[in-house]
Amino acid sequence: MSLTEYGVTEVTLDQLRSLVSERAFTGETMLLNMGPQHPSTHGVLRLLLELDGESVVSCVPDIGYLHTGIEKTAEDKTYTKVVPLTDRMDYLAPLSNNLGYVLAVEKLMDTQVPLRAQYVRVLLCELTRITSHLVWLGTHALDIGAMSVFLYCFREREIVMDIFEMVAGQRMMASYFRPGGLWRDLPPGFEEAVRDFLKLMPERIDEYEALLDKNPIWLERTKHIGVISPKDAVAWGVSGPSLRGSGVNWDIRKAMPYSSYDHFDFEAPLGKNGDVYDRFLCRIHEMRESLKIVQQALDKLPGGPFMTSDRKVAPPPKEELAYSMEALIHHFKLWTEGFKAPEGEVYVSVESPRGEFGCYLNSDGSSKPRRVHFRAPSFANLSALPLMTQGVFVADLVAITGSIDIVLGDVDR
Amino acid sequence: MPPKDIGMAELAQIVARLKTRFSDAIEDAREFRGEFTVRVKPERLVELCTFLRDDPDCAFDFLSDVSGVDYYPDEPRFGVNYHLTSMQYHRRLRLKVRVSGPDPSVPTVTPVWPGANWFERETYDLFGVVFVGHPDLRRLLLPEDFRGHPLRRDQSAVQEEVQFTHNFEEVDRTKPYAKS
Repeated sequence: MSLTEYGVTEVTLDQLRSLVSERAFTGETMLLNMGPQHPSTHGVLRLLLELDGESVVSCVPDIGYLHTGIEKTAEDKTYTKVVPLTDRMDYLAPLSNNLGYVLAVEKLMDTQVPLRAQYVRVLLCELTRITSHLVWLGTHALDIGAMSVFLYCFREREIVMDIFEMVAGQRMMASYFRPGGLWRDLPPGFEEAVRDFLKLMPERIDEYEALLDKNPIWLERTKHIGVISPKDAVAWGVSGPSLRGSGVNWDIRKAMPYSSYDHFDFEAPLGKNGDVYDRFLCRIHEMRESLKIVQQALDKLPGGPFMTSDRKVAPPPKEELAYSMEALIHHFKLWTEGFKAPEGEVYVSVESPRGEFGCYLNSDGSSKPRRVHFRAPSFANLSALPLMTQGVFVADLVAITGSIDIVLGDVDR
Repeated sequence: MPPKDIGMAELAQIVARLKTRFSDAIEDAREFRGEFTVRVKPERLVELCTFLRDDPDCAFDFLSDVSGVDYYPDEPRFGVNYHLTSMQYHRRLRLKVRVSGPDPSVPTVTPVWPGANWFERETYDLFGVVFVGHPDLRRLLLPEDFRGHPLRRDQSAVQEEVQFTHNFEEVDRTKPYAKS
């Protein structure tokens, strides 16, 4: 049986003629698949490469191997039930995704979040940023060949995972932020654990930086590789450290502060040349700035409620169900139907470790969203990959793909 | 907490300027929760976007997002939202285009912001909105041979028939792997 009888349409190379140069059709250059299964593509990413020997003539990313239809699934769930779905998109920074979504819901519902919850959100998001950058550093260095850094980074990450487990019950997919505040208050022992981490981390970051920054091979492999100009980066929607590495001073935490980020004193490090090395330095310095923010948040952490008192949005404490009829009714309504959002649309974005993570919510007035769209930073950053990889070697391609820090769960959703 | 001081007064001024200058292109302009949404006629979209990017008081140089919405059963059925960000003035604006199905089409904004490339491909893939003039309008997230546009509200996400023992042979016949 032919493919058409199966009902399968074959996409021939002819249809892709516009993507590769004419030399591919004469056999002068080679078309190679840096396939979805590859240790250096940081997930299931397929890069269709046209190679002239070892240099890349064109690079066409092919994504969608991790597409799980999160946005479609979210249309069927109440606003609170979407929170665990958001964890699974950018799975290396789940709390950032939580925050982006939850802020959008709170904006839609016009709910005020207590200050304690905001500070805890900042604290945990910055810890998430550190863990995410640690994974990035470990895998990026591993790809380029500096294999020892990998396990050192994961050793520190374990400490933060333990903190997340203490707080949310889960190491990675915490779903700790809920519309209105937090799931529950911080447990005892949290402050001590975070302070211990803050004591040991600065010298560890210095260690990682020294391992790589003083290494001439590292400098050879990362300097002047994968340059993207600031103008191109802005035009293509690149955000986060990939944008700041080119010298564009854009950090949503500073430009459009959310969740009390304006109460904290920190910097967004900038690069100069927009190469792999500058992006690397940006992220290393960002880890240090995140430690500063965590320190400030912990020192200034106010007491008070961890969840809004608006019972239409936030569930009442369990003890109240024993004696309050209203609490019981609120609990029942929230668990069965969920809260109804007013008709309208909002877009909120946060600075995730990868860039601008945005959440667009369109409500039709019912308890389930009409449309949830997540603006994934890795999606836009990856679309600029062909710009950065003109004429580089395959080995450099690996370095560049690592430097833009993509997570395929984020790209594909 | 919603961000403080998002320059609502200046945004309102920009929207007012748009309404006077492009009065025939703008169908609606509203504000909700501090965000301004301007609904534009599809034919005038690129003109408006170019103005918003190049005008020194607007300077919306960063396209944050392009996404589609299916308003079924409301008409016009499809909406495409463009979220613009001004890095200079720290402001956001939403442009919206509403088109009817079943073969909706909207001009592409890739000449204005090249970054719209993948966002428009994704909207085409999931909603079936054709972006006229797009340099490379192919499916992005779904396989090339996928039929249908799953984020439309009248289509379910799953399009394939599930293979059980009672229909094993039937479904097996539709699979494209090599059979002996």
